[in-house]
Amino acid sequence: MRINCPVCGERDYTEFRYGGDASKPRPAHGTRDMRAWYEYVFVFENPKGPHREYWQHVMGCRQWLVLERNTATNEIAKGKAS
Amino acid sequence: MTRGPFRLVSGGRIDRGARVNFSLDGRRFSGFKGDTLASALLANGVSVVGRSFKYHRPRGFLSAGAEEPNGLFTLGKGGYTEPNVPGTTTELIEGLTARSQNGTPSVNLDIRSLYGLASPLLAAGFYYKTFIGPRRGSWMFYEPFIRRAAGLGRGVHEADPDRYETRHAFADVLVVGAGPAGLSAALGAGRAGARVVLAEQDSLLGGSLLFESPAGGAENWRRQLESELESLPRVEIRRSTTAFGVYDGGTVALIERRDHLKPDPSRGEARQVVTILRARAIVFATGATERPLVFPNNDRPGVMLASAVRSYLNRFAVGCGRRAVVVTNNDSAYATAFDLAERGIHVSIADTRRLVPSELVGRARSQGIGHFTGAVARKANGGRVVKGLEVMVDHDIRALECDLLAVSGGWSPAVHLTSHNGVAPRYREDIFAFVPGGFASGHFGAGALMGDFTLEGGIAVGFAAGRSAAATTGHDRPTGEPPAAPQIGVADCTIQSHWPSPDGIRGKAFVDFQNDVTVKDVVVAHQEGYQSVEHLKRYTTLGMGTDQGKTSNINALALISSLREVGIPVAGTTTFRPPFTPVAIGALAGRAIGQHFRPVRRSPLHDWHLAHGATMVEAGQWMRPWYYSWAGTTAESAYIEEMRLVRNAVGISDVSTLGKIDVQGPDAAEFLNRLYVNKFARLPIGKARYGVMLNDDGVVLDDGTTTRLAEARFFMTTTTAQAGEVMSWLEFLLQTAWTGLRVHVSSITDEWAAMAISGPKARAALERALPGQDLCDRRLPYMGSLETDLDGVPLRLIRLSFSGELAYEAYVPADFGVALWEKFLAAGESLGMKPYGLEALAALRIEKGHVAGLELDHRNTLNDLGLSKMAATDKPFIGQILGQRPRLRSSERWSLVGIECLEPGKRLRGGSILFAPTDKLEGHGRGHITSVTWSTVLEKFIALGLYQGGLRHAGEEIMCAFPLKGEKTRARIVSPVFLDPQGERLRV
Repeated sequence: MRINCPVCGERDYTEFRYGGDASKPRPAHGTRDMRAWYEYVFVFENPKGPHREYWQHVMGCRQWLVLERNTATNEIAKGKAS
Repeated sequence: MTRGPFRLVSGGRIDRGARVNFSLDGRRFSGFKGDTLASALLANGVSVVGRSFKYHRPRGFLSAGAEEPNGLFTLGKGGYTEPNVPGTTTELIEGLTARSQNGTPSVNLDIRSLYGLASPLLAAGFYYKTFIGPRRGSWMFYEPFIRRAAGLGRGVHEADPDRYETRHAFADVLVVGAGPAGLSAALGAGRAGARVVLAEQDSLLGGSLLFESPAGGAENWRRQLESELESLPRVEIRRSTTAFGVYDGGTVALIERRDHLKPDPSRGEARQVVTILRARAIVFATGATERPLVFPNNDRPGVMLASAVRSYLNRFAVGCGRRAVVVTNNDSAYATAFDLAERGIHVSIADTRRLVPSELVGRARSQGIGHFTGAVARKANGGRVVKGLEVMVDHDIRALECDLLAVSGGWSPAVHLTSHNGVAPRYREDIFAFVPGGFASGHFGAGALMGDFTLEGGIAVGFAAGRSAAATTGHDRPTGEPPAAPQIGVADCTIQSHWPSPDGIRGKAFVDFQNDVTVKDVVVAHQEGYQSVEHLKRYTTLGMGTDQGKTSNINALALISSLREVGIPVAGTTTFRPPFTPVAIGALAGRAIGQHFRPVRRSPLHDWHLAHGATMVEAGQWMRPWYYSWAGTTAESAYIEEMRLVRNAVGISDVSTLGKIDVQGPDAAEFLNRLYVNKFARLPIGKARYGVMLNDDGVVLDDGTTTRLAEARFFMTTTTAQAGEVMSWLEFLLQTAWTGLRVHVSSITDEWAAMAISGPKARAALERALPGQDLCDRRLPYMGSLETDLDGVPLRLIRLSFSGELAYEAYVPADFGVALWEKFLAAGESLGMKPYGLEALAALRIEKGHVAGLELDHRNTLNDLGLSKMAATDKPFIGQILGQRPRLRSSERWSLVGIECLEPGKRLRGGSILFAPTDKLEGHGRGHITSVTWSTVLEKFIALGLYQGGLRHAGEEIMCAFPLKGEKTRARIVSPVFLDPQGERLRV
């Protein structure tokens, strides 16, 4: 799998670490609503198909990216720095 | 047992000037350069080369390629031993030692062939129906015997001295297979200007062209293409290289075998090289594999695939027999008959079809070849060698004598690689075979793989595919046309299906040779309800051998379909998965073995430790000193001495492995305030504070000490194990969630050496090392910090204690670590200062009830660890809200306790399961021990652990069970702070 890092260019996926689901916004710091945190931390769609997710270029620029990856085919659409 | 020599006096693509000596089962033989082990053995008249898996029937080579099910050998000796290697793909090299497999005492005379007498009891699935009694658990009695009887070759337990490598490579176009279609594809792509890798599993290029006589037009064509490809600078040809798996994104795994180069591991030369190749476009030209016909006794030595007979004849100049019968359901086998006749070998043809193309009949007649149509094979005769074939022609049974039986049941395109991405192959009724079901964008197919068995078609489509593949990568220079297809013996391949049928079969008709699966086995499995192809495969083990059913899968599928009375496409195929042919695990491991399995991280003081009697231990990726020889000769005794030194005088320990992070920016304080459960916003400059951070789910992530160096600059430490995790977590928060915070974080773990100086005499020791520096309690109080320099080298001192004694951590740039360490030791020598290691470091903190990695296992909350008072109540922090989930606050949770051993002479062990005295000792108990040490102060074994209800049970007796050693020890729950609960020793 190749990942296009906006900073470093096309690199092998082994230079990155997967960072989880990126399809939901994080509740603002100080949010006291337990349900909001519960939904954010524990509830995921797990789609078979396109999935927005975080990756970090740990062996490179250490930039966190948001990628759209197809979980069935591992095709990665263009990513952007988050 | 040998018959004849069968080497023909002329012909073949072997080098008769280069004799090669080898041995089989201790017997010496010779062959020529260019031979495989199989061709050399056949030339020497060796017919029995193995015994079959279950029935121990004598077997000879069925094929001349990677699809070989019978001719497997154990090569090499000692640590070089390799079992189950097909002789058909093993290049003959000088000194090769081979042993045949599965025969006791030998394959020529095998006692276990008596199993054949028990064959009705040994039908497929027999072990599911036997070995059940007399009791439950009886299976474990039978299992070792069955295990020893199973398998073919034997592995060894010696280390493999050979070297293997993994490499990475890139290409515009990968062409898999160098038959006529693949050569043409490589030419098309290469002429167009692309960077091409051509991978061919054989040692010679040419594929099916190598079946043709070297004296014909096919050989000229082959050489012409090879030489043009060699001349193109951007075309890389890799022989003896198998593409064994296709993965996402055009990634293909290749394995190259280099035995023929005689690699010398002591000079770093690899025996096998795995390449992970990323190709922007791929042309698959993997060809097709011939299927045998299925009839009783079709497994006798001397029964071979028709194309294999032709390969041995034309490529290796080996006759394989003196009197041949060719039995076939298609045209291609006629080429074998014609070539045999041309070489003076007596041959007849039994064609199962009634209608045969007239040119073929005419040519057979003109060469004096006996010819039967509508001839159905009934059974082969013979034992160690085939003696003849019985056929039924128009209700007449005829016996055809032969010592070589060339069979052809049709051709199956090699669709494995093209199906690795999950697209199932599709069945084509017109050729009775499966072809690739579809290609991803940028992937193409050509030649026999696609069901086109004509040479012209393969060359034209291959060339076009190569050009298209190159075009998708942006290379489209004009390529001209490929060289015209050569004239070959039999051009087309019309075929009529002749599938195995269960009707009227008497005797063993083998569908899968390697696993001894017969037609009867498939019928019985079907009758028992194992009808889907996936069930049937696993129940009968059909297709599960090292050959992965390459010669059996399609025949089996046809049989299953007829039993189920459905069409073949409905019956379906099993899933194709890598590897295409067996790959040694050592080759996949490559250089990542032993010390190189993962990176080794060393402290700047590593060499000093080794030079001064430290025994090192692996702590994650780090090497750390475990204990020093000055203190004792074993881990158990040494750490106790080191502990005593720290409690009574002063010791120095290397803590450079701690994670260190520089946090800078106008919002740095706010950032830390959000991250830690306790407050950091108003931490005074020059002060340090112990902090705990949670995950979003409310569970403890890590702890550490963070010091404020300036208004907008902090020095954070983390645990050694979590350093990387925490760093990524900080970057995540700053880059994705809190992008408005003006903060920069940098990992500086490797930049600073760190040492802990601990003990009642620690201040005295530091004062001697740093004369002129005021280190009194007022200047450098507990949890204070001080930045200074030593001979111009920056030095940061933080007064904090892991051991519970008066202690300091000293940080200096890593390159000066050894110098500072030695300076401290010299200064402290008269006070008795010595180094102490990881074991003592851990033991000291256990006495003080400090949590560390073993307690911070990502399952425990602040509450569980007795740290709930740390949590601020008037500022939000990460994990605060989910940490308040009622279940996480239940008083029945397992929480931190101290444990003291009540039985002198016995010990406590980490991981022990804890029970109340009245509990039965089974199940998960009420808790477990996390950390253990001998306490020099209390003179007993103590531990930290998690216990249900925690310190509510302080004073109560418990039982510690360690089932692995059968130990049960009485203990008592106490406060986890075993010493100095007021912390007086810290604050002197």
